[in-house]
Amino acid sequence: MHREDPQPDGITRFAAPAGGEAASTHRRSLRVGIGGPVGSGKTALVAALCRVFGPDMGVVVVTNDIYTTEDADFLRSAGVLSTDRISAVQTGCCPHTAVRDDIAANLDAVEALEQAHDPELVLVESGGDNLTMTFSRGLIDVQMFVLDVSGGDKVPRKGGPGVTASDLLVVNKTDLAPHVGADLAVMARDAAAVRADRPVVFTDLRGDPRAGPVTDWLRLQLAARRGARTT
Amino acid sequence: MTDPDHATTTAALLLLADSRLPAGGHAHSGGVEQAVTTGRVHDVTSLDAFLRGRLSAAGAQAAAVAAYACRLAGHDSADGGDWRRLDDEVSARLPSPAQREVSRAQGRALLRVVGRCWPAPVLSWLGERPHHAVVQGVAVALTGGGTHDAALLVASASVTGPASAALRLLGLDPVDVTRLVANLAPDIDHCAAYGAEASAVDDAALLPAPALPMLDVLAENHARSEVKLFAS
Repeated sequence: MHREDPQPDGITRFAAPAGGEAASTHRRSLRVGIGGPVGSGKTALVAALCRVFGPDMGVVVVTNDIYTTEDADFLRSAGVLSTDRISAVQTGCCPHTAVRDDIAANLDAVEALEQAHDPELVLVESGGDNLTMTFSRGLIDVQMFVLDVSGGDKVPRKGGPGVTASDLLVVNKTDLAPHVGADLAVMARDAAAVRADRPVVFTDLRGDPRAGPVTDWLRLQLAARRGARTT
Repeated sequence: MTDPDHATTTAALLLLADSRLPAGGHAHSGGVEQAVTTGRVHDVTSLDAFLRGRLSAAGAQAAAVAAYACRLAGHDSADGGDWRRLDDEVSARLPSPAQREVSRAQGRALLRVVGRCWPAPVLSWLGERPHHAVVQGVAVALTGGGTHDAALLVASASVTGPASAALRLLGLDPVDVTRLVANLAPDIDHCAAYGAEASAVDDAALLPAPALPMLDVLAENHARSEVKLFAS
């Protein structure tokens, strides 16, 4: 933030908050939105990403879900995130509004964590309302949408901005597919049909706790960001 | 800038009053969530009583502050000392630390919007986290509104936001809630007139300090709640 010299009366004058207007390429961090229905595995994915990226680049997390000490304990006990690196935003019963229409509280939370920890990766997690979930580009740089196969293999066909417009579609809990009668090939085909060339990955966090396909994609995003900053 | 005592309402001013203004207001219940959790507010009738109390205390106080800030924004001679004094006086009228924190969080969020939509040198005097009512008053001045507009905006917002929170928390009939607020309109107008009149003082220390301790208690208990859906 631009800060002017103290005035003769001792008052320091401040510029108004930049509010995301500052060119995102001047920022060190990559801000990543993680959306998807409740129970699809967002928090487990966040834990996986913290495990993979935390040691090298510092990760902070803003959560828009109803956040209890139990949730904090989950991340802390997994040894992936200290409590001072996670911030919970209250969304007034309208989680979608807080990440799309009125991102003020999320921006404040993100900026405070960035100021305190200077991370390279910022994860903003929200359950949103449903498949229409999408993050404002004023809040995040890229976004992923997490589905799980037990929601039914027809979900990608339904579309909605979360499924069609997210930068990465993650179909999680593939290990459950045989048990719930979900056809992964159908999900892949339907997702490809509504997503043009945007990528879709399939994950099973129980079999692959480091979420390989997601971390591979995220590495590319981080590299692209570093490239954009240095050119 | 227009003469703050004789300004006319503009379309820009309506933006400030719009609940869709992206300044974080949607996530604040003004004590309603805690009042619902503790059973004090449970239906339209109890909500009506809560909102009347809120308007008479928090609403009237903030209306006077906003009107004062609106006038101060029109004074070219106002300096950092004047704005700091106003900031101190608002803090003194919010005995609950949670209330002060909420006021500053909302003030910062609104400042973010105002700084980009209506940039002006006066904003640099307010600090990074000014009180909400102060920014509201300055914003009204920058959009061409006057002291009465500022008081009306703030008096109205002091009940419409909490009413909407109650609607969400209790699943009330939205038309019932709107009718409740419509019936409050004369009281909101009265509160605005009071705020505008009470703001015509030379020193921020002379601004009125109506209070309702229950609002402070609710705010403190809310801040200590483990699970909360609203930020206040």
